[in-house]
Amino acid sequence: MLTLTVNGETRETQARTLAELVAELGFDPGGVATAVDGAFVPRDARTHWQLAAGAVVEILAPVQGG
Amino acid sequence: MNDGWTAYGVTLHSRLLLGTALYPSLEVMGRAVEASGAEVITVALRRQAPGSGGGRSFWDYVKGLGRRLLPNTAGCHSAREAVALAHMARELFETNWIKLEVIGDDYNLQPDPWGTVEAAAELVEAGFAVFPYCTDDLVFCKRLLEVGCQVLMPWGAPIGTGRGLLNPYALATLRERLPDVPLVVDAGLGRPSHAAMAMELGATAVLLNTAVARAGDPVAMARAFRHAVAAGREAFEAGIMPERQTASPSTPVAGTPFWHGEGRG
Repeated sequence: MLTLTVNGETRETQARTLAELVAELGFDPGGVATAVDGAFVPRDARTHWQLAAGAVVEILAPVQGG
Repeated sequence: MNDGWTAYGVTLHSRLLLGTALYPSLEVMGRAVEASGAEVITVALRRQAPGSGGGRSFWDYVKGLGRRLLPNTAGCHSAREAVALAHMARELFETNWIKLEVIGDDYNLQPDPWGTVEAAAELVEAGFAVFPYCTDDLVFCKRLLEVGCQVLMPWGAPIGTGRGLLNPYALATLRERLPDVPLVVDAGLGRPSHAAMAMELGATAVLLNTAVARAGDPVAMARAFRHAVAAGREAFEAGIMPERQTASPSTPVAGTPFWHGEGRG
């Protein structure tokens, strides 16, 4: 079990990689963009991206904007 | 008047760019985009609740509109945040266009010149077409051009205020000093007359959101802005008469009836 911050909320996860985390949270992998500790992580790098305890993850989706 | 303008090698004919936020519904937004004639619409990225479908319905709807997308980095307060968000937007929206916003003050939502220039330099280097949201400060704008921006987006007034052009002199100065740079007046326009004024001053285009989305009838207002932008542009091209201090009769003086040549004070 890892403790992470995901989109500003503290979470416990079984996921080891960023791709597993995205799937565990029920996001469509192709419909979100990700960053870890403030830096962009491309979609094709998520599978190999090992999550560390305390990592700060952002998972973002398209919304209306001005 | 359908003369085009060019942004990063792309020729555009509409001089009105439209935001997609704050509409009563997606359907109204879509009809407003249609009525505005905008070829470019702005979008954003935000956190979504897990399992919520992650903005899919919005994304599918926007794709269906068939417009060129300009994602923004709204809400970023540092170059680092904006650069990360720009990369996320590029992957998700499949475009290298980015409306760069680095905010320096939360009350005014005023751009941070240092952070904006720093982020712009990094993003240009990484292959982005950067549309920087900036103030009307000439030197800030010149720094953005120096780091490789090919378009500038100076504000008319703070975002969402609808106050129009707070400093027409500064915008006219930008036009005069940077005659070949596309200037998209972004933010603060509230009425079609504000947009017409920006265009009369020589703005290349305007970007609107709140003024249309928060109108009583957003679709009709989108159309009104479309006409105002066209009118202002045509006026700029036609050449506006110089202002003068004193009255000057428009009707011929020669042949004035009942006139005997004496002065009338």
